[in-house]
Amino acid sequence: MLETFNFRVILEYMPLFLSCFLATLWLSGAGLLGALGMGLLACGMRISRFKLLSRAAYVYIESIRSTPLLVQLFFFYFGLPSLGLRMSEASTGILALTLNSGAYLAEIIRAGIQSIPHGQLEAAVSSGLNYFQRMRCVILPQAIGVTLPPLLGQAIVLVKDSALLSLISLPELTRAGQIMTSERFMPAEGFLTSAVFYLVIYYFLKSLTHWSQRRLIYLQT
Amino acid sequence: MWGFYIEQLIHSLPFFLKGLGMTVAVSGLSLAAGTVIGFIWGIVRASRSRFAKTLIGAWVDVIRGTPFLVQIFTIFFLFPEIGIQLEAFPAAVIALTNLAACFICEIVAAGIQAVPSGQREAATSTGLNWFQQLRYVILPQSMRVILPPLVGQYVLLIKDSSVVSAIGVLDVTRVGWLTVQRIPQGLLVFGLVAVLYFVICYPLIQLSNRLEKRMSVGYTRGKE
Repeated sequence: MLETFNFRVILEYMPLFLSCFLATLWLSGAGLLGALGMGLLACGMRISRFKLLSRAAYVYIESIRSTPLLVQLFFFYFGLPSLGLRMSEASTGILALTLNSGAYLAEIIRAGIQSIPHGQLEAAVSSGLNYFQRMRCVILPQAIGVTLPPLLGQAIVLVKDSALLSLISLPELTRAGQIMTSERFMPAEGFLTSAVFYLVIYYFLKSLTHWSQRRLIYLQT
Repeated sequence: MWGFYIEQLIHSLPFFLKGLGMTVAVSGLSLAAGTVIGFIWGIVRASRSRFAKTLIGAWVDVIRGTPFLVQIFTIFFLFPEIGIQLEAFPAAVIALTNLAACFICEIVAAGIQAVPSGQREAATSTGLNWFQQLRYVILPQSMRVILPPLVGQYVLLIKDSSVVSAIGVLDVTRVGWLTVQRIPQGLLVFGLVAVLYFVICYPLIQLSNRLEKRMSVGYTRGKE
């Protein structure tokens, strides 16, 4: 196999791979930002005192965690048009990534908040801070340190999940491999090149995770 | 109009159940094989053999760093090039087994390393050999750390098995994809698919949470 490995064709397709690499970065970046917002919202609802909000967030989180992303993606891709809602593939993809990762982030943020000693909350209440001030000035700054490593872990998962968007024919890294396979019938070159690009993102995020973990240990001592 | 589609959907319910059977077959086979391989790799990874450790570590990194979709395409298209003809089903099982083994390997290695080294020293001085140490001292204690994330990992892998539909394995996601061409109500069709996955995954997630609570209770009690 290796003696027929064709680097010349890979070089020829490099512009396609680079633009698809940027598309993957863009799609997963947008998905991550959306997921952060969604996660904060769902987490806020989950830990609120109002039963109804808490219940709704629980249903959202558990139903997302119990079904595959691919099914959720197809659910929106085939389902929204039948409701008369037409969205581009890119927005459907980002919507699915946002809702999917948002549920996981909600749980991660909740674990971070619950890891903060209860005395902190009581002290904040007795200093007369209201809910948002407590969250903004006391709870969240402390929770971020604990939350960062699993959050970056979820970012890694999200980048890998964005590969599924190729199945609704979005031009991203995996799609580039498919295009090369169908145009030149060179699956080895195509998919291994995509894999290398994914590994670049993976190692970058992984070293960030290690850095944040070291920082966390440093902060705690 | 909805009534008509729902009726159609009920008529194709056996097709969905067949797909569900395929999902269970693919993930069941891969999880069983992946658990065995993952435990072996994990034990090697936690051992002192530097060469084997680095080798497995590098492989695990490659698998964890690339999307499952890319892995499955690579296996499906690459094996014929080196002269091995693969049907979609064995290709899916091989890819998912490998993925399962890599994730379970990490969990097992972490579990073994969580056992205090005094335990191993005590076992050595009692005269147990390497295998006996593992069998009677190390693994039983590390199971408490391994079990909750292992069940959680099973859920993730069952969900990942939906990706094998991309190479044409007739699992429940693929059935949904085929049905939606005939019954153009994506919400209904994939709602049903989602419910079928939910029925499998939700109890497993609850089991994982339960295990986590029970095992951590035992752990703190043991520490005191």
